[in-house]
Amino acid sequence: MNITAASQLTTQLNQHVAWKTFSALFARDVRVARRNIVTTILQTMLQPLLFVFVFGQVMTRSGMMNASYKGMLLPGIMAISMTMTGVMAVAMPLIAEFQFTKEIEDRLLAPIRIEWIAVEKMLAGILQALVSGAIVAIPARLLLGSDLHLSTEHLGLFFTIAFLVALFSAAGGLTLGCSVGQTQIGLVFSLVLAPMVMFGCAYYPWKALESFPILQKVVLLNPLVYASEGLRGTLAPVYPHMPPMVVIVVLGAIDTVLVVAALARFRSKAVS
Amino acid sequence: MGVGIRTRDLRKVYTTAPPIAARGAAFGAGFSFKKKKDAKTLNVVALDGVSLEVAPGEVFGLLGPNGAGKSTTVGILTTRVRPTSGEAVLVANGAGELVANGAGELVANGAGEIDIWQDQVRAKQLIGVVQQRPNLDFALTAREILLFHGAYFGIPSADRQRRANELLEQFQLTSRADDLTRGFSGGMMQRLSVARALMHDPQVLFLDEPSTGLDPQTRLMLWSIVRECNAKGKTILITTHNMEEADELCDRVAIVDHGKVIALGTPAELKASIPGGYVLQLRFSATPAELIERLKQLPGVTEVRATAAGTDVYADRGGGLIGDIVGAATACSADLHDVHISEPSLENLFLHHTGRSLRQ
Repeated sequence: MNITAASQLTTQLNQHVAWKTFSALFARDVRVARRNIVTTILQTMLQPLLFVFVFGQVMTRSGMMNASYKGMLLPGIMAISMTMTGVMAVAMPLIAEFQFTKEIEDRLLAPIRIEWIAVEKMLAGILQALVSGAIVAIPARLLLGSDLHLSTEHLGLFFTIAFLVALFSAAGGLTLGCSVGQTQIGLVFSLVLAPMVMFGCAYYPWKALESFPILQKVVLLNPLVYASEGLRGTLAPVYPHMPPMVVIVVLGAIDTVLVVAALARFRSKAVS
Repeated sequence: MGVGIRTRDLRKVYTTAPPIAARGAAFGAGFSFKKKKDAKTLNVVALDGVSLEVAPGEVFGLLGPNGAGKSTTVGILTTRVRPTSGEAVLVANGAGELVANGAGELVANGAGEIDIWQDQVRAKQLIGVVQQRPNLDFALTAREILLFHGAYFGIPSADRQRRANELLEQFQLTSRADDLTRGFSGGMMQRLSVARALMHDPQVLFLDEPSTGLDPQTRLMLWSIVRECNAKGKTILITTHNMEEADELCDRVAIVDHGKVIALGTPAELKASIPGGYVLQLRFSATPAELIERLKQLPGVTEVRATAAGTDVYADRGGGLIGDIVGAATACSADLHDVHISEPSLENLFLHHTGRSLRQ
């Protein structure tokens, strides 16, 4: 066999192995996610569901809030659940794995370019975010009852936005996971994620901030705003919302930036 | 095929905090800190021009104290630490032929050399790594760790089941195979780490201080596994600060200190290179120049060195010299307070080259 043929064969074999490696890495994350499903659900979904109960049931039934609030709430709850699940599912294990124990090392030594390991982590995060969005919708829908004014006319746009939201959460989770240490997790949650959720237009439409003009501009930096507005605009379009195409463009840009940042952070964290 | 290792002038300067394993004696004597005035960057020279050649099928030892640069060298050779400069290649003999890998697939072992940093994927296919600290995947059971590791390397399902069972048996882990590894003892974790590294049948095995924290029984087991691997033609690079281990296992040893290779050879050659072989570490109440001169004149003494702690005498015998030493001391009205005699060993060699004990 001449050298060219040999090197072609090597390349083919390497690609073959790389694909197998990638699916094995993914299978590993799916196995672990399945094992931890109850904790994950409690960790990321309990809070939004309690919120649904308090605001969708207690407040509306007692007449302190208008019943139309319920339909507005559902897409926002999905946006929060998906974002939190994606971020937590990628960032938390990664922070631990890059720490003292260096658990991630056996995957960094797998015969594949390390960027693909980052891509695999994001793919697993996307899957978990989408599953979480789907799971939280069921009890939320049951808790909220009928009269939600949901629409199924824009399913194509809805799933496009849902995917972009999932990607944003997974890429954000990877960037975060490669940027903070174990000791700073608490700080990140109280300083970044809590305000992000409260000012993410999940519990109210962006239009509701009109009476706070400065705040209304500032929250545009928050990706969760586009997630909530986009899901609301496609799932419950009777409520005020941003145009879905604007949401898609902005989320697409945010996703691109976050994916690039995540890959760069992962690379610099993985190799000293 | 056999795969060797070659490095040329490897240098590594850390500009951020080095990884824990490479940190060694916490930025001890092996590192020099230079803080630039304008930019507060770290400059830790961990490797300062390391050139090594490890032949295919050889057991090669890197011996040195904490912070000498051993883990950094292993890190560079295993794609985990990017060298600042220099070359690190795997050298495969039998260029161009097709061989079966652990997965039972044909892999072209290619044209002779694989630059570890140019072609990381191919390099990673050929190596197995046991890190200094157990880095097991805590989210998985022992069996899953082996199975997934096999899957990462593309080994077909049936083969990896069989191989995992064999390794679990060989490493006496079968009874705990389906437990999560978080509760494992240090020895069990280390055994599983070695089993995992062997799962894909690597051509080169890196063991970074493998016996640290192991009980003597597990250590002997590890040694016999290393010998067994080596008998199958695998190249093994082992780092240690345990003289006995280097002496026992290695065909050749490089002694490293401050990021440089300070001596290289077979354990026997290295030991023979120490003047006299025996070292008598002496402490006197006073050491006048006359005493040093008298000690040098004693029969069998090859070298006398004044150190911070006392006086080191290199000689061809140990206890037999004590009488003469006491005599010399008395003649100079000094008292001999303490004597420590070491037989010929790599430890003495290290002491000879660096003036420091390995354990310091």
